[in-house]
Amino acid sequence: MSNEDLFRQLKFRDPARARALAEALRHNMDAIGREVSVMHVCGSHEQAIARFGLRAVLPPGLELIMGPGCPVCVTDGPEVDEAVALAMQGVRVCTYGDMLRLPGTARSLADAQADGGKVEVVYSISQAVELAQAHPEEQVVFLASGFETTAVATAAVALASPPPNFSILSVHKYVPAAMEIVAASKETHIEGYVAAGHAAIITGWAIFEPFAARTGAPVVVAGFEPLDILAALVKLTELIRERRPEVANVYPRCVTKEGNLPAQRSLWRAFRTVTGRWRGIADVPGGNLELVPELAALDARNRFRIDTAGVRDAAAEEEAKGCICGRIMLGLATPEHCALFGTTCVPESPVGACMVSSEGQCRIWHTYGGVPDLRKVG
Amino acid sequence: MDTKVQQKIGLKHGSGGRAMRQLIEDVFLSLASPVDGIGLSALDDGAAIRVGDRWLVITTDSHVVHPIFFPGGDIGRISVSGTVNDLAMMGATEPVGLTCAVILEEGFPRADLERVVASMRETAKEAGAPIVTGDTKVMGKGQVDGIVLNTTGVALADRVVSDAGLRAGDVLVVTGSIGDHGMAVMARRHDLRLEGDLRSDVAPINGLVRAALAAGGEDVVAMKDPTRGGVAGVLHEMAAKGGVGIVVDEPSLPINDEVRAAGEMIGIDPLLVANEGKAVIGVRARSADKVLAALRAHPLGARATVFARAIAERPGAVILDTGFGKRMLAEPEGELLPRIC
Amino acid sequence: MCLGVPGKVIAIDGLDATVDFFGVRKSLRLDIVDEPVQVGDYVLNHVGFAIRRIPPEEVQETLALFDQILEVSGAKEDLMAADVRGEMAAGKDQK
Repeated sequence: MSNEDLFRQLKFRDPARARALAEALRHNMDAIGREVSVMHVCGSHEQAIARFGLRAVLPPGLELIMGPGCPVCVTDGPEVDEAVALAMQGVRVCTYGDMLRLPGTARSLADAQADGGKVEVVYSISQAVELAQAHPEEQVVFLASGFETTAVATAAVALASPPPNFSILSVHKYVPAAMEIVAASKETHIEGYVAAGHAAIITGWAIFEPFAARTGAPVVVAGFEPLDILAALVKLTELIRERRPEVANVYPRCVTKEGNLPAQRSLWRAFRTVTGRWRGIADVPGGNLELVPELAALDARNRFRIDTAGVRDAAAEEEAKGCICGRIMLGLATPEHCALFGTTCVPESPVGACMVSSEGQCRIWHTYGGVPDLRKVG
Repeated sequence: MDTKVQQKIGLKHGSGGRAMRQLIEDVFLSLASPVDGIGLSALDDGAAIRVGDRWLVITTDSHVVHPIFFPGGDIGRISVSGTVNDLAMMGATEPVGLTCAVILEEGFPRADLERVVASMRETAKEAGAPIVTGDTKVMGKGQVDGIVLNTTGVALADRVVSDAGLRAGDVLVVTGSIGDHGMAVMARRHDLRLEGDLRSDVAPINGLVRAALAAGGEDVVAMKDPTRGGVAGVLHEMAAKGGVGIVVDEPSLPINDEVRAAGEMIGIDPLLVANEGKAVIGVRARSADKVLAALRAHPLGARATVFARAIAERPGAVILDTGFGKRMLAEPEGELLPRIC
Repeated sequence: MCLGVPGKVIAIDGLDATVDFFGVRKSLRLDIVDEPVQVGDYVLNHVGFAIRRIPPEEVQETLALFDQILEVSGAKEDLMAADVRGEMAAGKDQK
């Protein structure tokens, strides 16, 4: 049985089909006959693109830019400071593994752990709730990160009367806002978008229709297997070639037009969108998800007086204002244009999201001295 | 930024990646002194000192693993296998003797200790490695986490194999499936509640390595066991020390279905995960078939396969050919954590 | 973001489901899945929650869609050639 399942999944990793799709992509690019920049706005797309080495098979005229799509990387330093401060004042802070090493203005939760703070890595928010049940004498805070895909899990827990010693520190981000800030830039030359398939499972693909109509840029919703990503790029270049600013869904096995309605209901019963600072990018209108006033009692920011004075580095915060991550992500600048790159902004103490992410442009440039061209190697 | 924080030792300094290497280079290399042979400064699996016309090979390893009993093994089996395997990676497949030093936490169950020791005895027998001396200490509650085991091994060898011997054109063999140990342990850690047949591969592989050396002779040019840092860590060391690039053919890597599935679920690449019963062996291309045949004839090497080759371009770099395209394989950094994105 | 893995439901107890992911089993919450789930169904896991019931026929449909995309791109006549070239390249890689 499980081998049959494996086979199903493997079909989306069939190298021969991938080569046919790469061929089709070249064909579309030839027909367009000029350089084209498109953007994906999903950390998992970048992980998949990197993991399978897909950049090496893209035609030279197609630039695939990694947008502000990793909700961990765009979590701002002062937000991490709040969690570090809670851990240092004796609260048990639970969070996903991705968040542990993410730096605040001065320290990460991993640093707080080394200093005796109670920090637990969990796979699911359900485990944090169980920890709260097992330790009724302690306060347990869940540092809730991720896009709406992950926020729906937080919402499910928030709405199911969690134990009284449990609360939530939300740093959740909202995907559609990420695309809006890119499109809002006057200088942007992005002609099309690959939208995050797992976020779209929740919101449905129709949510991108007004965006495509308004900006004139087509949007293709894609899954995360190599074939999913290549098929999305073929479809996107086809829509660009034909000047059709439409939304296409090449991930129909998971994404529907209207999305996951029960999850949407939970999401908006628990959260509302607010403007938030995204690391190295900008204040993003509607970019953050905050617990609704009805759930204020569950909000760690209400339950505790979070004093970040002792864990904050004001100078670093001031300096972070020089970060040009936003422009790098838009393809308007490269790391060498940034005064912080390689000096104060290094992988061990990153300032902006592009250095935080293992696939961020600044991190890649710092590690390999540029973007390695592997097409002829070996 | 906050330099005082950076001066503290973090978990990343013990996880086999770049941070650990940096710490060793910055702090411990000051202990190195010249020896006739391979000493501390080589940062190899162990030391090899010339004694007459033979080599005295010495290695030491401290073991902490949480949980101490896990599917497929326990800390006792690891402590013997790890040291026997480190000797074998230097070409010394017949250990003369092992030491065993144990530090116990006050309150540690005696039954668990006896179980660990029984496992050591059994593993030592399997490896043909007598345990010849030991030491016991007990520390107060909370001063040490349960049990820490240290073993040191000594062996004599006629020829020493370092991990720096790769040349362009050489091929790399892995002796079996990768990622089994680390994934089995991780499934129990972080309360992941993954159920299924995830079993550690922990085993002494000196017999397997002996077979490879007998078949390949001088053409076996580099060996390393991919423990912490996984196969990726080993390849980076071999590429840097040998001054070659390494191209990995990812689809040819033997990976068990369960390990692959668990890796996909928690976002961890089996290439980065620890193994405790495998070796990566660099061989001159002309002897690859002979070495492969010898490995496959051994019960622990049935799935041995050629998975990478050394090239002259891009010295120090490890390039992964995924079957779809190529990418740089990054050096492992820090403790592996389950991801959600 | 959002690591999602498909698996097959092998048991259900209220809002808890036991799901098999190619040989590894894990318990998932069903609070926010889009449709009612039964034993034998495929679901997509994210952080221990099922966020989508995957209709099996949709897997085939996705593949059909990819073929259609190839056709529309005008590369259809090239497809066979690409496949053959692909096989040849794959054969060469193994050497």
